[in-house]
Amino acid sequence: MDQNAEVALPAVETLGLTRRFGSLWAVSELSLEIAAGSIFGLLGPNGAGKTTTIKMLTTMLAPSAGTARVAGFDVVRHPVEVRRSMGYVSQMVSADGALTGYENLLLFARLYAIPRRLRRQRILDALEFMGLSESASQLVRNYSGGMIRRLEIAESMMHRPAVLFLDEPTVGLDPVARHAVWGHLRGLREQFGTTILMTTHDMEEADELCETLAIMNLGRVVAIGSPASLKAEVGSQANLDDVFIHYAGGSIEQGGNYRDIARTRRTASRLG
Amino acid sequence: MPERGARPAASAEGLAILDFVRDTLALADVELRKLFRDPLELLTRAIQPTLWLLIFGQVMGRLKAIPTGNMSYLTFMVPGVLAQSVLFIAIFYGISVIWERDLGILQKLLATPAPRSALVLGKALSAGVRGLSQGFIIYLLALALHIPLRFRVGSIAGVAGFIILGSALFSTFSLSVACVVRTRERFMGVGQVLTMPLFFTSNAIYPLSIMPPWLRALAKVNPLSYQVDALRTLMVQGGQSVFGLGKDFTVLLLGLVFLVLITAKLYPNVVQ
Repeated sequence: MDQNAEVALPAVETLGLTRRFGSLWAVSELSLEIAAGSIFGLLGPNGAGKTTTIKMLTTMLAPSAGTARVAGFDVVRHPVEVRRSMGYVSQMVSADGALTGYENLLLFARLYAIPRRLRRQRILDALEFMGLSESASQLVRNYSGGMIRRLEIAESMMHRPAVLFLDEPTVGLDPVARHAVWGHLRGLREQFGTTILMTTHDMEEADELCETLAIMNLGRVVAIGSPASLKAEVGSQANLDDVFIHYAGGSIEQGGNYRDIARTRRTASRLG
Repeated sequence: MPERGARPAASAEGLAILDFVRDTLALADVELRKLFRDPLELLTRAIQPTLWLLIFGQVMGRLKAIPTGNMSYLTFMVPGVLAQSVLFIAIFYGISVIWERDLGILQKLLATPAPRSALVLGKALSAGVRGLSQGFIIYLLALALHIPLRFRVGSIAGVAGFIILGSALFSTFSLSVACVVRTRERFMGVGQVLTMPLFFTSNAIYPLSIMPPWLRALAKVNPLSYQVDALRTLMVQGGQSVFGLGKDFTVLLLGLVFLVLITAKLYPNVVQ
């Protein structure tokens, strides 16, 4: 793999990426290019294929057809290199409440093979960056929802990943916590050049944070562009809600399944 | 640009095993911190073996119906009850992977470069430590019942080793079942179905010599028999190995390696 070319390459690149479950085409022929250092939002109704796409990009699910590269590495042929180059924050509340903030980070510092002599400093830096230094030795079960989410982002960035995948990063957070998370994500990109790929149902978040948006529906990308250009295409007064309904409205009542919805509600209620 | 996605050269061939060991210990460490912070679980787990020894063992011992050679029935039974209580903890251990899937912890672990086999073995070792706590309780009970125990350092270390090995093997088996059934309800059903047959087709509470041939054949392919055999040899005075300690160790170790490899393959299934 040519390391020098990495910066010029798109951070994420898919070509005809497809995943079928039996007769269901969860993702069909997805071709995307995400520029290094950008914040890219994936929108779409439940069941549109966003989560399946993220699972394939994070090497948790094998594609049925097509290819995908993350940080220049093929997700099927070099899954371990992909995992070394990425961070992942689940939509669910995944920090361990029975451990302290520091211990949560220590586990991931070890699993991401940060050398022992750098480990402590990396953890302290991550805590400081996310505004959690003072809560480092508290059990996470006593954290607020916004603090937990910031801790989870800290876990995923200690190894300085080239690409960060975020599944609905601010679901269930109050406006203050939400804006704090946005600030930290922008900071990550500015300080480390991290490329961010996120899914969201929050149109304000998509508008505020993302340079490029792709709207998925029934496994396909139906629109792609900057928030401003997408709004302009739909109408001069249009907001992103209008854009979303314009492209995905037809199927909005069919999508999603019980497990997805239950999971989102559970996350929202545990953070709220 | 900081070292993007940098992972130190520890991944070179010869050092991969060090990565594996570090990741395994990192996961076991986390489980142990949680266990010692909230040890109530260990106390409630002591109730069942206490009942077996104080009630079942005392009553059956009076009958003198089971030929246990040079030792009393109660003495014969102590290592069997230890193996059984370790089994009962381990066989339900797999539910933790389903639980962690529902919390999003598993997805996050699978997104790290840690080998899947290290994720599995880390869990298995922490089940082993839970098993050790049972060993401690049963030693105390046995002392109270005036059972003639062996107290040489080598014997006790051997007992600890076989407890960890057996717990790791049965908890990995349990994890593999969880990877296949994937829901809590189904898992609990299957767990119930597995425990009693494993227990009754072993030499835990009656010797191989009084079994009908068909049962003896089953007992000889049941790993629990080898664990009980080793524990009986090492733990109580007068204990004599039927299979030989070397064979006990080899069977359990090979079984564990085999199950870890299988479960590592199945692990990502849980999140799909």
